[in-house]
Amino acid sequence: MATAAAHETARSQPSGAPESADDSTAEFQRAFDAAVAADERIEPRDWMPDGYRATLIRQIAQHAHSEIIGMQPEANWITRAPSLRRKAILMAKVQDEAGHGLYLYSAAETLGTSRDELLDKLHSGRQKYSSIFNYPTLTWADVGAIGWLVDGAAITNQVPLCRCSYGPYARAMVRICKEESFHQRQGYELLLALSKGTPEQHEMAQDAVNRWWWPSLMMFGPPDDESQHSAQSMAWKIKRHSNDELRQRFVDICVPQAESLGLTLPDPDLKWNEERGHYDFGPIDWSEFWEVLKGNGPCNEQRLSRRRRAHEEGAWVREAAAAYAAKHTTGGPGRQSDVDGTTGAHHAANANGENVNGETGAKRA
Amino acid sequence: MTTPTVKDTALAPAALALGDDALVLSHRLGEWAGNAPVLEEEVALANIALDLLGQARMLLSMVGDEDELAFLREERAFRNLQLVEQPNGDFAHTIARQLYFSVYQHLLHTQLADGDGPFAALAAKAVKETAYHRDHAEQWTLRLGDGTEVSHDRMQQAANALWRYTGEMFQPVEGLDIDWTALQTAWLEQIEDVLRRATLSVPEGPRTGAWSAGAGRQGLHTEPFGRMLAEMQHLHRSHPGASW
Repeated sequence: MATAAAHETARSQPSGAPESADDSTAEFQRAFDAAVAADERIEPRDWMPDGYRATLIRQIAQHAHSEIIGMQPEANWITRAPSLRRKAILMAKVQDEAGHGLYLYSAAETLGTSRDELLDKLHSGRQKYSSIFNYPTLTWADVGAIGWLVDGAAITNQVPLCRCSYGPYARAMVRICKEESFHQRQGYELLLALSKGTPEQHEMAQDAVNRWWWPSLMMFGPPDDESQHSAQSMAWKIKRHSNDELRQRFVDICVPQAESLGLTLPDPDLKWNEERGHYDFGPIDWSEFWEVLKGNGPCNEQRLSRRRRAHEEGAWVREAAAAYAAKHTTGGPGRQSDVDGTTGAHHAANANGENVNGETGAKRA
Repeated sequence: MTTPTVKDTALAPAALALGDDALVLSHRLGEWAGNAPVLEEEVALANIALDLLGQARMLLSMVGDEDELAFLREERAFRNLQLVEQPNGDFAHTIARQLYFSVYQHLLHTQLADGDGPFAALAAKAVKETAYHRDHAEQWTLRLGDGTEVSHDRMQQAANALWRYTGEMFQPVEGLDIDWTALQTAWLEQIEDVLRRATLSVPEGPRTGAWSAGAGRQGLHTEPFGRMLAEMQHLHRSHPGASW
């Protein structure tokens, strides 16, 4: 971090008013550009362009929201998991997602927003979450398909984010990717057990892969020539590879894995292209993607209303925790700095959050 | 349908009683996933559920196949307390259930860990987990009891509603070398202390339910338990003999 420290003076926000606002901004912009060009990390106290900050808040918030909405389709099967071992793995996985939500909301808070504000935007539909979670989990095999394909696609997207130019996001992603790769292996292993199981289990696995394959490919976002935010994000090194590059990488990884699983990917056009050194695949139905994005997917309404309901039904609990903290805080500076007024609640579970971080669910299971 | 075989008859009553308590409460806590009032509680409740599920798996495996015992027994063969099968209700009900049970379980594990019986090693490990569960329940009882007027009322109602299920915890379980009278005295002292600090009153009224004391341990359960098992066992039973 020696290089980063050398830039610290030039990039840090001034405490007093600058002599000339224009000169000063230009100077900060140069330092920022130089840091990005040199692959250094931008840190919370560094000056950054407003657009960079807004893009990061949007992206990190969407990612955080996806983690917590993403708990729903899988939690749908916790109470019906067919063995105690699978139940433990699934509960630990859903717990990890809540933990990822926590790291990501914290990363977003370093940019000057708050978890409450972001949750408000989620609940009022002003911020989005990944459309993949607007599809239902109809059978137990869907839990495996989500692990293998959805988490697999997420990892393909997220591994490059570990090198994202914004420090707190990049560091959160390192942690998250480690856990996601457990989840992906667990999903693969779940599907393998089904595929090699009874004919009914095999059919259940194939049906789930049929339903999740195309939506998983859509997780990489629209094709490069239609992607709204891509070019600027690449320049800022928030994003490192284009949507189409990542999608291709994912397809290339999945084809041999599907063969090992004994399952078929539902695309008659999938074949190895010697010349390109990649698998060719069939056209994606982007009209479905845009429909789901607009709110017309099978579960959009259900996911959001359940999230809102949990939040509203929990309001009295959060208020109680805040009231209790206010009564029992004797002026300790740490506890008063809590931004969203639920000091007590945060305090209670912090020890537990550490527990989760130190000892991942996957290991426990 | 195959009836699960229980291996060791000497250990069975205690392994099933303690194992079923952990299994059933873990399941109930699992129902909170995605519904908790604050994100930290998603993590905390899942953590407790996972601890309990781990305990259940060890205990059930001592006397048979854990999955056969969990998924193929009928309602009347379960030996858990009625307390742990009670529906989650609001967050206050869940916390009251946690408080009553985790104080009991912590005292039980402490006594078992101090002895040299077949459950000593397991209890020695579990006692660290249950100490955390007890603290979690206690902290929330304090916050809700001494928080707002609304939370105070809800917490009091929850404490009252579940009080009737606490008596059977102290019915002796065959095969456990426990001083049950001392356990009950210590439990009452600790519960009264927490409730008092939470500005709540100690519930009045009987501490046994509609069945005689010890009902759950004898396989007599409450109506919601059958529906809970139907959901829990459905998938496993739909594919007889399958591996997962």
